Amino acid sequence: MTIPRGKIVAIMGGSGCGKTTILRLIGGQLRPQSGRVRVGGLSVPDLAPSALYELRRRFGMLFQFGALFTDMSVFENIAFPMREHTALPEELIRDLVLMKLQAVGLRGAAQLMPTELSGGMARRVALARAIALDPLLVLYDEPFAGLDPISLGVVGQLIRRLNDALSITSIVVTHDVYESLKIVDYLYFVSEGRVIASGTPDEVRASSDRFVRQFVDGAPDGPVPFHYPAPAYREELFADVG
Amino acid sequence: MSAELVAGIAQWLRRLGGGVTGAVAQLGFVARFLVAVLWNTPHAFRRIHLTLREIYFTGVLSLVIILMSGLFVGMVLSLQGYETLKRYGADEQLGILVALALVRELGPVISGLLFASRAGSAITAEIGLMKTTEQLAAMEMMAVDPLARVVAPRFWGGVISMPLLAALFSAAGIFGGYLVGVRLIGIDSGAFWGQMQAGVDFWPDVTNGIIKSVVFGAAVSLISVFEGYNARPTAEGVASATTRTVVVSSLAILALDFVMTAFMFRGGNAV
Repeated sequence: MTIPRGKIVAIMGGSGCGKTTILRLIGGQLRPQSGRVRVGGLSVPDLAPSALYELRRRFGMLFQFGALFTDMSVFENIAFPMREHTALPEELIRDLVLMKLQAVGLRGAAQLMPTELSGGMARRVALARAIALDPLLVLYDEPFAGLDPISLGVVGQLIRRLNDALSITSIVVTHDVYESLKIVDYLYFVSEGRVIASGTPDEVRASSDRFVRQFVDGAPDGPVPFHYPAPAYREELFADVG
Repeated sequence: MSAELVAGIAQWLRRLGGGVTGAVAQLGFVARFLVAVLWNTPHAFRRIHLTLREIYFTGVLSLVIILMSGLFVGMVLSLQGYETLKRYGADEQLGILVALALVRELGPVISGLLFASRAGSAITAEIGLMKTTEQLAAMEMMAVDPLARVVAPRFWGGVISMPLLAALFSAAGIFGGYLVGVRLIGIDSGAFWGQMQAGVDFWPDVTNGIIKSVVFGAAVSLISVFEGYNARPTAEGVASATTRTVVVSSLAILALDFVMTAFMFRGGNAV
């Protein structure tokens, strides 16, 4: 699996197939049992903690439910990475935070607390925090999960616009095939820990691969079975009859 | 001996061995965690407002419960002590009894127990919930070490607050003892304070109490941050971690108190 610089790449698959694990491997929070993870020429699992932290400063990550710091306001959440990693004066931090918030359309919400935000707003604030230090690479963990259609469109468009405006490389882990096809440059399909299909959005739409078709059409049964593995139905039902 | 019995004993021994090695491994894990927290302490102290905030949360906000409890414990101590001392005609010694009991024993122990249930449980729940909602993971991905940013300030906040709370508990208790002994029962005020001044020494009585409260503060704070940081990231995980903090902290306080008291009063004399 390779992710070219400046592109948006989606990693798709059913729940629990190891998508989030891929992000944690890239971020160095998990070590691979086998195989390699390289970012910008550096092998992530072999980095010393200080070098790993150095690398992470160039990352942004959007967590599934935002993971905003609940004891800080929206403003403080976005100022957090700036305060931790730079010695910028307070006025400059204020201007930068307002610019990030303007980019996601929430400048008016700067003084709210995370508990006062809707799901979609929290996701946008988390996005603003992820790009606070102008990262090279942004990792999105299920950015579309649990959003209403309007918020869905807003977040999708933001990912595309920010990627192009800031020349970021984006990795989007998701199971939302419709939103992804609208915005990404390339897709990987993952099942049971391996890549089973890949292609550009047009190739995916035209694909005849059975797994891809099941995923794109949302068919309940197919290569991914409807039933969890179990003993034969008849045997289990009549087991006590003898 | 039947084969079943042998197998039963073998299984019991295996379980015992497993329990012991598990406990030792856990202890080692806690010790490594403590080293990691101490290692991150200089970094945490560079942002001293974080630690000051924790002192406010664990210390200042515990003041009401600590002062009220101290007052009542001192009042009860005075009533009970007077009843006993009166039989020997030593009721003038009430001041010594109240002050020694509080400063050497009850102040550190009871304020430690209250501290564990009031502040320790809150620390565990807070860190555990931050873990559950991926706030700690988010911090790590922003290249900020949660040990330095979240854990170390809370640990030191507790270590600093606890001796101060124990001192205030003892002071409130002595005042409560005075209210009951002098104001209510009618012991001579001069005798009460005079005996206390003559009978309680800064070294070793007060210092032993301070040492105890510092040790209790470190133990409770370590257990609280450890349980929170290592809680399973689910609702039940945080709930059981919070319970464990209170139970383990309380047992640790009582056990450590016995060990320290045994060392401090070797051969029947206060050292």
